[in-house]
Amino acid sequence: MAAERLTGFRRPDGRVGIRNHVVVIPVDDLSNAAAEAVAHLVPGVLPLPHAYGRLQFGEDLELSFRTLIGTGANPNVAAAVVIGIEPNWTDRVADGIAESGKPVARFSIERHGDFETIRNAARSAASLAQEASELVRGPVERGELLLSIKCGESDTTSGLASCPTTAEVVDRHVAAGGTVLFGETTELTGGEHLIASRCIDDEVRKRFQAFFDDYAATIEAAGVSLLGSQPTQGNIRGGLSTIEEKAMGNIAKTGTVPVVDALGPAERPRRAGLNFMDTSSAAAECVTLMAAAGAVVHLFPTGQGNIVGNPIEPVIKLTANPLTAETMSEHIDLDVSGLLRLEYGLHEAGDRLMALVDRTVNGRLTAAEVTGHREFVLTKLYRSA
Amino acid sequence: MHEIGFLGHRQGDSVAVAVRDVAVGQAEVAFLDGGEPITIASAQRVPFGHKVALVNLAEGEPVIEYGEPVGIASTAMRVGELVHVHNMRSARWPQSA
Repeated sequence: MAAERLTGFRRPDGRVGIRNHVVVIPVDDLSNAAAEAVAHLVPGVLPLPHAYGRLQFGEDLELSFRTLIGTGANPNVAAAVVIGIEPNWTDRVADGIAESGKPVARFSIERHGDFETIRNAARSAASLAQEASELVRGPVERGELLLSIKCGESDTTSGLASCPTTAEVVDRHVAAGGTVLFGETTELTGGEHLIASRCIDDEVRKRFQAFFDDYAATIEAAGVSLLGSQPTQGNIRGGLSTIEEKAMGNIAKTGTVPVVDALGPAERPRRAGLNFMDTSSAAAECVTLMAAAGAVVHLFPTGQGNIVGNPIEPVIKLTANPLTAETMSEHIDLDVSGLLRLEYGLHEAGDRLMALVDRTVNGRLTAAEVTGHREFVLTKLYRSA
Repeated sequence: MHEIGFLGHRQGDSVAVAVRDVAVGQAEVAFLDGGEPITIASAQRVPFGHKVALVNLAEGEPVIEYGEPVGIASTAMRVGELVHVHNMRSARWPQSA
């Protein structure tokens, strides 16, 4: 296979991105309007509206800060404008992003109002966008790219073909010295022993098991079952019968490499290789947390056709379901349904996906990018005060 | 080319997945692990993506796929029958259908 020369943007903290976004990050729900107004005035900058940021506390608040800061610091982002209702939490987010060494502008709305804030923030956003436009791509190594994986609207074709194709890329990426994030804690149910047995040592295994047990306990404590939710109605329609069967398909995409670490949500990986991250299995929440941990390109196998995207992390979708590939073609980057008809093998499917990853790294827009899918969803751990 | 009807993950699994709509009658089952293909008789129509039983299972017996238990037979089933939420359930979340 002819390896394509990979290019990307090397950021001041040394991490490598494959996109060059200028983002406007609202610290809280109240600042969404100003953030979107700035993006309207300065075409090309990307607003990241979300629903939270007020009266959160404890671990839930910490996770929101970690997600917003990690998103701004992600190497696919060249510069950030942070807008909050008041200056303290605005500083907290802006200072966190500034630690990455990239330019950050900050504005708070109290004592100024939306209009003055928008005017000032738009001026900053315009000059940051001009600065970013002069950054050029340079050669990067495969091992410098942080990859993330998560599947969605799975069906039996996911476990047979699109997830094993993803696994080919995971194994090759790790062999090249790269790092990969996987998560979806509840969707390991029935196969968690397989992940535990792949952890590199007892400490990582203990941490992984604690994340898993905590999810199980949360569901039990709520006195509910996930009946009707896991597997989803789409999963059942696609032929999946139980959570264990779904989990085996999910795990099929993690390849054969060891699990080197177990991370909290949105936590930045410390070790090269395959890292588990404690996340929800809901697509947008999961990808948002992985992007906040610094992931720059995402592989998303789907069966029935999940159409999720992310504002800053390109999401590459592949399916082995021929009906999905045909009826939802604008959402699908790679059709590997030929695997089901034995037209080619997994190695060749892996080559095709690898080639697509390389083109995406070098600037090709994903289906999710051209269809405008920018789902940015904060994970809420519990209700606000 | 001879068209396969079902694809199994591993030889020894109790189910395989229809890779096209499979009508009642003889159909070939191939395996991802390279095991020798077998022929079974579908007892009913199995839609694309749905599973067929490769062995007879008694009520309460584990259903094996990927070489791992993925649920329990909630009723007895025979080779060639469709396998889904009507005759298998989770062993982990026993409330599930």
